[in-house]
Amino acid sequence: MTALKNSIRDLLRYPSAILGSVILLFLLAVSVYALVTIPYSEAVRLWRGGEEVWYQNPKYAAPAWFNIFYSKKKPVSFSVRTTDGSMSKATTPSSDPEISTVDITYSFDYAYEGVPQELMIYFTSQFKDKFSFVSVSWITPDGRTIRIADMAVDHSLTFRFSQDQKLQKRLKTEDVMQAIFMDPESSTQADLKGQYQLVINGTTFEKDATIDAEFVLHGELFGAAGTDKYRRDLLLPLLYGTPIALAFGLLAALGTSLLTMVIAAAGTWYGGWVDELIQRITEVNLVLPFLAILIMVGTFYSRSIWLMLGVTILLSIFSGSIKSYRSIFIQSKESSYIEAARAYGASSSRIIFSYLIPRMIPLLIPALVSAVPSFVFLEASLAVLGLGDPVLPTWGKVINDAFADGALYQGRYYWVLEPAILLMITGFGFAMLGFALDRIFNPRLRDI
Amino acid sequence: MVAVPQAKDIENKENTRKTVLSIDDLHVWFELKRFGFGHAGYVKAVDGVTFDIHESETIAVVGESGCGKSSLMKTILALYKPTKGKIVFDNKDLSELDNKGLHWYRSHVGYVQQDPYGALAPFMTVQRILEEPLIVGGIKDKENRIQRIHKAMEEVKLTPVNDFLQKFPHMLSGGQQQRVVIARAMIMEPKLLVADEPVSMLDASVRVEILKLLSNLQEKHNLSVIYITHDLSTVSYFSERIFVMYAGNLVEKAKVRQVVDNPLHPYTMALLTGTSEPDAKNAETFKELPPGEPPSLVNPPTGCRFHPRCSKVIKGLCDVKFPPEFEPEPGHLVACWLYQ
Repeated sequence: MTALKNSIRDLLRYPSAILGSVILLFLLAVSVYALVTIPYSEAVRLWRGGEEVWYQNPKYAAPAWFNIFYSKKKPVSFSVRTTDGSMSKATTPSSDPEISTVDITYSFDYAYEGVPQELMIYFTSQFKDKFSFVSVSWITPDGRTIRIADMAVDHSLTFRFSQDQKLQKRLKTEDVMQAIFMDPESSTQADLKGQYQLVINGTTFEKDATIDAEFVLHGELFGAAGTDKYRRDLLLPLLYGTPIALAFGLLAALGTSLLTMVIAAAGTWYGGWVDELIQRITEVNLVLPFLAILIMVGTFYSRSIWLMLGVTILLSIFSGSIKSYRSIFIQSKESSYIEAARAYGASSSRIIFSYLIPRMIPLLIPALVSAVPSFVFLEASLAVLGLGDPVLPTWGKVINDAFADGALYQGRYYWVLEPAILLMITGFGFAMLGFALDRIFNPRLRDI
Repeated sequence: MVAVPQAKDIENKENTRKTVLSIDDLHVWFELKRFGFGHAGYVKAVDGVTFDIHESETIAVVGESGCGKSSLMKTILALYKPTKGKIVFDNKDLSELDNKGLHWYRSHVGYVQQDPYGALAPFMTVQRILEEPLIVGGIKDKENRIQRIHKAMEEVKLTPVNDFLQKFPHMLSGGQQQRVVIARAMIMEPKLLVADEPVSMLDASVRVEILKLLSNLQEKHNLSVIYITHDLSTVSYFSERIFVMYAGNLVEKAKVRQVVDNPLHPYTMALLTGTSEPDAKNAETFKELPPGEPPSLVNPPTGCRFHPRCSKVIKGLCDVKFPPEFEPEPGHLVACWLYQ
C-alpha cells in the first residue's frame, strides 16, 4: 500500500505523467460513459442503421460548434416531436364526441445565413376507419401566413416541404425553401431572420383517434460531431470507438508483454532444446510480414476485431523483445539468490514466476504502457485498410468511410480529423505516461 | 572466540558420533562442447573425493580459487549431479532419492552463500525471503511461518524483529544481510549447513561476529557444518578438521591443530606460508611460494597433480603414479609419495 502510494507520489513529480494520466482518465471516462449509455447491441444497430434510423439527420453535416468560427452562421439541424413534448400539442373535443381538433404548434428562432436543406413533417395517426385530417401552415417573422398543405393522414405519412408539388405550384417556384425563408421585400435574396412558426391544425373523426407529428429541419451543421454520408451521427463511433480502441490496445499490449516475458523466462530457465526452439521460432517470426498475415486472415477468414486481436497477440509474442528479455534472464538466472532457491528446493515454475519475472516488472511496466498506442494505431490502420470489424463502430472505420467517400477532396475535414485527433490524443497520453514511468522504473534515466 | 576442541575430546566424541553425510569417490565432471554439439573433453572439477562428516562436527574445505571446492559444495547441495561416486545422507543415497526424497534432503541442508547481497532477491522483503523456504517446504499455516521467521531472526540476532521484516536487502548493512542469509539457511532447522566462504565478502570488523554466530548456532543445534574457504586464517575459529583441496582432489585431511602445527603435504605448507599474520616482520621477509599456476582441470597433470609446482618432487614417481592416501600420524591423512 505504501509502495503504491510512493509510486504515485513519484509519478506526480513528472508533469508529463500528470498530463498523460489526465488524458487517459478522460479517455477512460468517455469509455465508461459510452459503454453505460449505449449498449453493445444498440451501438451495432445504430451503426448499421440506414435511412430509417437516421432520417432526422442531414447528410455530410459538420459539427454544430463550427458556427463559432463562421461569421455567417450556418443553419443547425434539429428535430422536435409531440411524443416527447418538445413540440406542443393540444387536443380539444368538440360537441360531437366523435370529432376532436388537434393543434400542434412549434416556433423557433432562425438566425442563420441561407436556407435549410429540407423541412419535413412525419405524421403518425391512430384510427380504425376514418382518416384524420391536417392542415399545415407556416408563419414567417414578418407575419405572413403561408398555407403549406391540407391532407388526410394515413397511419403514417411523411411530408417533405421541397418535394410537394402542390406547394411548389402554390408558391410558383420549385425552390420551396427559398420561398418560405426569403424576405419578399429584399432584393438581395437575403433570408428573413426571426421567429418562425409551424402550425398544424388536425381533426380526428373517431373517438380515440390521435395525431402525432415530428418536425425535422435539415441544416448544414449537426450535433457535436457532425454526420457522414449515411446521415449517421459521428458522435456514436467517436464515443463507442474509445472503449474499443483502449480495449484492443491494452489487451494486445498486456497479452503480448506478459506472454513474451513468461516464454522468455521459461526458455531461459529450462535451456536446452526448449530455448533453442523458442529462439528459432522468434527468428522465423521476425521475418514474417506481420501486416500481410493480418490482411490475409481478414480477407479469407474473419474480420472480427477479437480474432484480429488474437492473431496480433500471437504474432507479436515471438518478437524481438523475447531476445532482450532473454539476455537479462540469462544474467539473473545465474544470480546466487536463484541458486539459494534451488538449494531449498523451489520448483522451476516457482523460480520462473516468483524469482525471474518479478525482477523484470520494473522494465515491463513502461514498455507495456508505451506499447499500447502502437496497437491502437494498428487497429485503426486495419480499419483504414478495409479490415476493420464489420459491425463495430470504431475510429478507424470512420476514417475508412471518409477516405472511401473522398471527404478530404470534398473539403469535409471534420470527418477525417475527428477520429484522427482522438487517435493522436490517445497515443500522446500513453506516450507521456510511458516516458515518466520509464524514468521512475529505470534508474539509469533518473534525473536526466 | 570458541576454543578449538582438544584432540582427546574429539576422539572420544568420534567413537560415539553418528555419520551425517558420507561422500565416497565423488567425481563431478562437466562436458566441454565444441561448436555446441561436438565433444571436447571434460572439466574434472571434482575428481575422486572421499570423506565423512559426523553429527555436530565442523569441517573446513580449503583451497585456492578454481580447485573445485564450489563444485564439491554444489554437488553436496544436489545442484549438480555427480558423474560418479555416492553421496549418502542419513543412510540414504542421494542418487536413489525421488523428487519427494530430494525435497526432504533439501530441507535438511542449509546453504550460506558468499555474497550476502547477491544471495537475497532484491525485490523481496526480509519476511518474504525467509518465508520462501517455508512455503517451498510445505508449511501452509501462515501463523506458523511467521512464528518460525521470528524465531530464526532472533537466533541470528536480527532484533527487534519487526524492524527488519518489511525491509528490502539493500536497506541492510553487509553484516545484517549475511545474518538474513544465515537465518534463511537455518529456518528449516537443517542437520547440515554448507557455508561457502560466508565471511569473505564482509568487512573485517563483522567477520568475527558472523563466525561466532555460526559456531554458536552449530553448538546449539548440533549442526554439522561444511565450511568452504580459501582463507586459512578464519578456519581455526570453529573447525575441527581441515580438508585441503587441490585440482579436484583432497590432498590432506586432518584436525586443525595437526595441519596448522605440522603440515605434511607440500601444497598445504605453501598455503600456510601464504597466510599472513598481522606482524610487522612480515613486511621484510620474503616468502617462498610455489611457482606457476594451478593446473587446468581439463587436462590435469599425470601422477600427483601438484608435481609440476612441487619443490620436493620425486622424479619418476610423482609425475607418473597418482599418490594414494598415507597416514603418517593417527587421524592425519595425506596424499603424497613423501610419506609412503
